Amino acid sequence: MSTVSGDRPGPIKARPVRHPWRWVAIAVIAVLVAMMVSSFVTNEKWDFPFAFEIMQQTPVIQGLWAGTVLGTVGSMVLGVGLGIVLAVMRLSDNPVLRGVAFVYTWFFRAIPRYVLLALIGVGVGFLYSQISFGLPFGEQLAGAIGIDTTTFTFFTLDWNAFSSTIWAGILGLGLSEAAYMAEIARAGILSVDRGQTEAAQALGMPPGRTMRRIVLPQAMRVIVPPTGNETIAMVKDTSLLIAIPIINELFFQAYNFGQRGFKILPGMVAATLWYLVVCSILMVGQYYLERYFGRGFGAVPKKAKQELTKIGADH
Amino acid sequence: MTASTSDAPLVHAVNVSKSFHGNEVLKGIDMDVATGEVVVLLGPSGSGKTTFLRCINQLETIDGGRIWVDGDLMGYDDRGGTLHRLTDKRIAAQRRDIGMCFQRFNLFPHKTVLENVVEAPVQVKGMKRKAAEARAMELLQQVGLGDKPSAYPAQLSGGQQQRVAIARALAMDPKLMLFDEPTSALDPELVGEVLKVMRDLATRGMTMIVVTHEMGFAREVADRVVFMDAGVVVEEGPPSEVIGNPKHHRTRAFLSRMRQEEQAHAEAVVASVTGNTEALADAPGDGGDDGARDTAG
Ligand SMILES: Nc1ncnc2c1ncn2[C@@H]1O[C@H](COP(=O)(O)OP(=O)(O)OP(=O)(O)O)[C@@H](O)[C@H]1O
Ligand SMILES: [Mg+2]
Repeated sequence: MSTVSGDRPGPIKARPVRHPWRWVAIAVIAVLVAMMVSSFVTNEKWDFPFAFEIMQQTPVIQGLWAGTVLGTVGSMVLGVGLGIVLAVMRLSDNPVLRGVAFVYTWFFRAIPRYVLLALIGVGVGFLYSQISFGLPFGEQLAGAIGIDTTTFTFFTLDWNAFSSTIWAGILGLGLSEAAYMAEIARAGILSVDRGQTEAAQALGMPPGRTMRRIVLPQAMRVIVPPTGNETIAMVKDTSLLIAIPIINELFFQAYNFGQRGFKILPGMVAATLWYLVVCSILMVGQYYLERYFGRGFGAVPKKAKQELTKIGADH
Repeated sequence: MTASTSDAPLVHAVNVSKSFHGNEVLKGIDMDVATGEVVVLLGPSGSGKTTFLRCINQLETIDGGRIWVDGDLMGYDDRGGTLHRLTDKRIAAQRRDIGMCFQRFNLFPHKTVLENVVEAPVQVKGMKRKAAEARAMELLQQVGLGDKPSAYPAQLSGGQQQRVAIARALAMDPKLMLFDEPTSALDPELVGEVLKVMRDLATRGMTMIVVTHEMGFAREVADRVVFMDAGVVVEEGPPSEVIGNPKHHRTRAFLSRMRQEEQAHAEAVVASVTGNTEALADAPGDGGDDGARDTAG
């Protein structure tokens, strides 16, 4: 790196590397897109105007909100919450908790969602028409001491009425999701340096609080990206709700509407377009979540910075 | 809890032993530390210094012996001669009065400097956030970081991070501070600022147990130096004796190795600063009597 004084090199004006294959790829893609667009326009069976019409039908929109969106949100809330609990159980010192979490994950990962939903919708109702919540063996106990057998029952659920609602779908999808989320959360928790737990312990923080305040927020950085994928997958899996059967759901409604007009394809296109819209919105949300939980690890978000500067300025 | 009187030691460790998978790391350590005393723990790598510090605040459980801090038996309840292991909650409560600083700082990366310092007083002691923040700002000023409350740890130098870690520990108003090689992960030019804060803390009367290889700090600040090797205390006494005139050959061997390292290190620093690589080449094995980093700060 010797520099000759008096004749020092000036600014760099170099030719960039050429990328001929990029241009070839662009040409190929352009041709393919042109063919596709031309087929959309010339093949009338696509019938996009009708697809757009289907998208705006009240039952379809209702199916979108009450089935697809509510189902996704509900089952992900259940799945993430239960998944984190399972992950903490999996990593605890208590062998019973560890075992329970392991068996849960094993079972719910093995069973296909479609089958699980069918079981919840049809199978459980066949076995038990009512599910009572109360003292264990409360009925037998009450019978034995000769009082009304429902004395120790606090709450009774009519399964057959319950199993046709979206809540049954949320239960099924959420229980299944929890098994996957448990693995994701476990990986996230393990990704946090042990020194973090020790620093919190050394400050006198009890284990539960250490987990909630120190470990989990940092684990979120690892947990959020795959959870975004899981959420997007869940949007699509709500189309399985028909196994329960729940018909107030996007795909069934759109398909059904198309079928009635003897135009099946526009119905499918309408559903596809809605799924694309929902997933695009979710991807934007995922970006912001990742940024929030990545704070302190990379660039600091502007807004947080401003707020914190304000706090600092108070003193 | 109430057993401590002014002349009872703050830390009273008797015959502490600890093994990892059959490997006996501590072999019956006895150590008393009086209130306000600064003890520097010296010893070669693997001698058990870190392990002993971690035993004091129960980050490790001990296999034998007893440790009392401020009259409290750490980790156990002694009910008429039978020991009962304390619950995690009660062990956590015992740790509140013991601050610890780690070699690798272990600041909470997702929290700002201020949040790091405020976290434990609010979450553990139930202090009001406003009061905790005011106190945190005082402590940050004390460690020379009053201008950085809203920075994230990743935006700070190692020396600054370690000073935040000290402020974070001090926020719990500990009776005892444990330091495990607080400067050994730092670039040489950042060591001084951390030692200065620790020196300052010693002047304020804080009881401290410090594991460090900074001989200058040991000589100036320590009331007592304890030399450990292979899980036993080999020699202890005032720094002038243990460092200045070691009795045991293992202490002498260790100290002369330390001096060589410091010498080589100091010359490497000089060399890197002046760009003169020749200084490295003719570095002598054993140099002057004092380490070059004595005057850090
Ligand atoms: N968690 C552990 N599991 C197994 N062995 C351990 C563990 N922690 C420490 N040891 C062993 O205990 C011995 C003492 O370790 P310790 O960290 O206390 O030494 P040290 O004096 O602090 O050394 P250094 O100066 O290198 O930090 C070492 O041989 C180490 O390998
Ligand atoms: Mg160590």
